[in-house]
Amino acid sequence: MAVSPKRTIPGGEMTKSGLIEEVARRTPHISKKDTEVVVNTIFDAMIESLRLGDRIEIRGFGSFQVKTREAREGRNPKTGEPVHISAKRTPFFKVGKELKEMVDDSPDLPEEGPVQREASA
Amino acid sequence: MTKAEIVEQIYERVGFSKKEAAELVEKVFEIIKNTLAEGEKVKISGFGNFVVRHKNARKGRNPQTGQEILLEERKVLTFKPSLVLKNVLNEAEEQGETDAGESSL
Repeated sequence: MAVSPKRTIPGGEMTKSGLIEEVARRTPHISKKDTEVVVNTIFDAMIESLRLGDRIEIRGFGSFQVKTREAREGRNPKTGEPVHISAKRTPFFKVGKELKEMVDDSPDLPEEGPVQREASA
Repeated sequence: MTKAEIVEQIYERVGFSKKEAAELVEKVFEIIKNTLAEGEKVKISGFGNFVVRHKNARKGRNPQTGQEILLEERKVLTFKPSLVLKNVLNEAEEQGETDAGESSL
């Protein structure tokens, strides 16, 4: 099976399926199906860990931590009407030293115009 | 949770040997890192997006001494959690609140 070579494009993006492709390409002794299961398991395990309030530390990459935002009285910015915002838990990511330096040295992004289709995950 | 614990999970849930699981976990994070280092974003549906952002140079202050310093132009990595992840984190708590308010048991 031919696998297209990895090309990175500054300003481009890699999705989870792209990640699976790339892992599969680099581990030819493991089937793509298995690779997919493993990648999904990694993120499932991380989500579960965060759900339980655990901190995740991936050396060289970064750490994830859940912080609680207190309930507060907010305002609807359109109408000015006061609204109650209940407490919520939000995940935070802190980049690790190694990755931080790698990213800072990354090639400049093409700056023309808004990057197309910035849909949230 | 550490990388070793993720490996353990794969060993338990998927049945890979620990050696294989460790190799795969290592590869996954390495690929994500290298991709980001090339200025590409990484979008993991159900988890979140990692995006490299360019920050312009600006004047800042050392919060301890109040001394003005020049922060050089730089690139930083940001993580935007997916809605799915944010919802997962708040399910349990919402449930807890409802239970406390209207306990039927």
